[in-house]
Amino acid sequence: MKYVATIGLEIHCSVKTNTKMFSPSKNGYNEMPNTNVNEIDLAFPGVLPVANMEGIKKAIKMASALNCKIPEYFIFDRKNYYYPDLPKGFQITQNDYPIGTNGYVDIYVSKEHKRIAIHDIHLEEDTASLDHYDTYTLIDYNRCGVPLLETVTEPCIHSGDEALAFLDALKRIFIYCGVSDARTELGQMRVDVNISLAEENAKELGTKVEIKNVGSFYNVKEAIDYEIKRQTEILESGGKLIQETRRFDENTKTTIHMREKVEAVDYKYFKEPNIPPLRITKELVDSIKKTIPVLQFERLKKYYEEYNLPEVDATTIVKDKDIADYYEKVACMTDPILACNWLNGNVLSVLNKELITINEFKISPENLAALINEVVNGNISSKQAKLVFDKMLEDNKDPKQIIKDLGMTQITDENVLRPMVVKLIEDNMDTVEEYKKGRNVFNFFVGQIMKQTKGTANPSVVAKIFKEEVEKR
Amino acid sequence: MIEKLHEKLIKGELKSSDLVKESIAKSKEFQDKYNMYVTLLDNVEDVEITDSLLSGIPYACKDNFSTAGILSTGSSNILKDYVPFFDATVIKKLKKNNAVMIGKTVLDELAMGGTGTTGHTGIVRNPWDETRLIGGSSAGSAAAVALGVVPYALGSDTGDSIRKPAFYGGIVGFKPTYGLISRFGLFPFACSLDHVGCFTRSVRDAAIVTDAIKGKDERDMTSVDTKDSILEKLTGDIKGKKLFYIKEIVDKDNYKDDTDEELEAILDNFSEMVKKYKELGATVEGISFNKDLLKAIFPTYFTISCAEATSNNSNLTGLIFGPRAEGTKTSEMMFNARTQGFSELIKRRFVIGSYVLQKENQEKLFLNAQRIRRMIVDRMTELYKTYDAMILPGGGSVAPKFKSENLDKLSDRYLLLENHMAIANFGGFPSVTIPCGFVKEMPIGLSITGPIFKDGEVLNIAYALENTMDYVGQVAKEGK
Repeated sequence: MKYVATIGLEIHCSVKTNTKMFSPSKNGYNEMPNTNVNEIDLAFPGVLPVANMEGIKKAIKMASALNCKIPEYFIFDRKNYYYPDLPKGFQITQNDYPIGTNGYVDIYVSKEHKRIAIHDIHLEEDTASLDHYDTYTLIDYNRCGVPLLETVTEPCIHSGDEALAFLDALKRIFIYCGVSDARTELGQMRVDVNISLAEENAKELGTKVEIKNVGSFYNVKEAIDYEIKRQTEILESGGKLIQETRRFDENTKTTIHMREKVEAVDYKYFKEPNIPPLRITKELVDSIKKTIPVLQFERLKKYYEEYNLPEVDATTIVKDKDIADYYEKVACMTDPILACNWLNGNVLSVLNKELITINEFKISPENLAALINEVVNGNISSKQAKLVFDKMLEDNKDPKQIIKDLGMTQITDENVLRPMVVKLIEDNMDTVEEYKKGRNVFNFFVGQIMKQTKGTANPSVVAKIFKEEVEKR
Repeated sequence: MIEKLHEKLIKGELKSSDLVKESIAKSKEFQDKYNMYVTLLDNVEDVEITDSLLSGIPYACKDNFSTAGILSTGSSNILKDYVPFFDATVIKKLKKNNAVMIGKTVLDELAMGGTGTTGHTGIVRNPWDETRLIGGSSAGSAAAVALGVVPYALGSDTGDSIRKPAFYGGIVGFKPTYGLISRFGLFPFACSLDHVGCFTRSVRDAAIVTDAIKGKDERDMTSVDTKDSILEKLTGDIKGKKLFYIKEIVDKDNYKDDTDEELEAILDNFSEMVKKYKELGATVEGISFNKDLLKAIFPTYFTISCAEATSNNSNLTGLIFGPRAEGTKTSEMMFNARTQGFSELIKRRFVIGSYVLQKENQEKLFLNAQRIRRMIVDRMTELYKTYDAMILPGGGSVAPKFKSENLDKLSDRYLLLENHMAIANFGGFPSVTIPCGFVKEMPIGLSITGPIFKDGEVLNIAYALENTMDYVGQVAKEGK
């Protein structure tokens, strides 16, 4: 029997704002504990929430980026439950009218296009963070009230790889849109996984198992892979799965049972009376949509289909929107594959070495393209180009000028090169014999000429002459 | 009255410190008998007399407003030691006006109740007859103003919590349009129904106090900006104004089988008021209102207010502020704090609130209540297209005795006459109760309710009637 896994993801991502979602406290939850806290965060009697417009706009932006339907009004609900991480005794969230519904995200899973359906995305406030110790618990209210966007996918994912690809794409959207830094290592993105296995072609989904609060994307993949294996084994041996909540254990790379799913908690949702419904005008949505940059998928599509970039190079470039922007400027002025090689090689190594961003990088896209074109046109060799590149790093000078200043031109003139090649062949006839027998000594000859010309000979012209001359003998 | 005091203060005929001292002394004198205050302040700083009509004049404040550095209990054991570190917006505004707060007044626990008997520091008595209640929930504020120990007091009104005690106490109680006054710092009972308002002994004073504390507040998203002065609207001229009353509420025929002298007298008084209004040049018409809707006011109010209250008060766990209870787990600590901190009546409301919000009940109970609320408000809004205000008796009986039998809560008399004032909370309509006579030597009042943002117009309609009677500045016998 073959089993198919069906996976849905719930992703909490903190939103980048200056202040919290409903209070003027600073949104800085990784700072010293309990320093970014006021009477509203702690729910002292009589306080009222005031919605942060920046948070609302960012939610609309993200909902738009996920191709969601956006409601006419921004409406908040209360989710009621008692827990020390929630001083009000209720969380302000969106239940009935999430800011985005019925959306989708296009992704590539190993260059295969796949569309992940988004059930909804909604804006809410985060809770305080708790640190449990043996006999006591420490509470940090800095995180309490931080704006949070929860994205819920439809159960339409079928493997750990797909989940990983989607999460990475989602993370890029958050970053591209400037909605969040989406740094998992800082807890800015947290994932819950719902997974069930069913026989192939079965009409109904199998028993749902939830894996709570997985901290990194790679762990999500590993958790899913493990669950598929675990559940398959149980089903194949005729066992039954229980509806349960599990957690992922990083050390053993397994999931561990936490609790059996009992009757769902009734959160007694109702509309938040202290925040009047906010009209979301078409103008507002349009003006926000205009600020959404070209996203990762569109770029990858272009890189794959127009530029024929390999997956590993393409995905490296799109990781950072500014780098992708830079790349695209270079690519449209020269050979896209060479541009990609230059960027992922020389440029990135400079950025990494100097710990700077692409925006601080000295060489303009125009000048980098001009340099690459010098190589393409055979005016200088790659080796020379690297020297020019290093010079350009100093002051972004026009590469043509540098080439001229350094007297750096490539020898492509056959009348100059042919006598040199002929002499070399005559001096090394035994090596030529070996070449004829099939040994690859080609590089030796080209290398010798390059040495003699201090790297200024055009290697392809040298190769061509060599072949012609050897033929003659 | 406030204007007169202000004039004397400005002219130097009266010193603010003397006025305040006298107010505190009188308050102390009556405190044992009537129990108006949770906290009466001793040392009140002198303030400068400014252009503000309220400068240098003492006032009392219901104990469900957050007052920095001053005990704020909500008259509940769960907050019995709670001293806030921030001021409610209205308190800030009054401070800016150099108004002088002399004490925090008793309320029904957490403003839930209409008797003034459920505060954690004991019952509040009616200054007109100590064997009767003053009503609630703003009981202490009403009693203090009725006793004449302060010219005005702050209250809050979720169903009729200002206007009913004003009726029982023979004073003016005004609750303006929802949002006109910021609720920031008011301990919430049911935030979609909660209003801040005031007690005074004249309509002009109600306008003065409201003018001082109204306005858009960045800390309350439901607050609105209205720069118009309400006081300036008080011309006393109401010629051509169109008033209406609801026949189903005031026609004697409705209570044929359930009436007594008291009710007859109240309804007769109402007819007199109608006559007076006609003499003032207004038209008064009786209109019909769906009786089923009217009878649904109380259950609707109760359903919505309990639901919101159970959520609003979920912050009272003793973990962060207020008395912390023992327990081995936080859930146990919260459980114990709430078990010990709330009275049975409050718990009952929370249970009801929780019940109506439960998934399986929400549609039938909570959401239907919201729909009825909407239907009632729509009907009122429709009526306000034709009429300037609704007038009705502020209640169907005088202040009850403490030991009186409770009214049958399913009777028309209770459902119609005792609960119609919640209509103003449903729609956020400005609504005032002013004294308009006596029955059995106890004061009664008239309720006047107008369309939203017509606060000045509503008060002017009250002001015109007030001018035809002798109740301005009225103080209960005891206070004289």
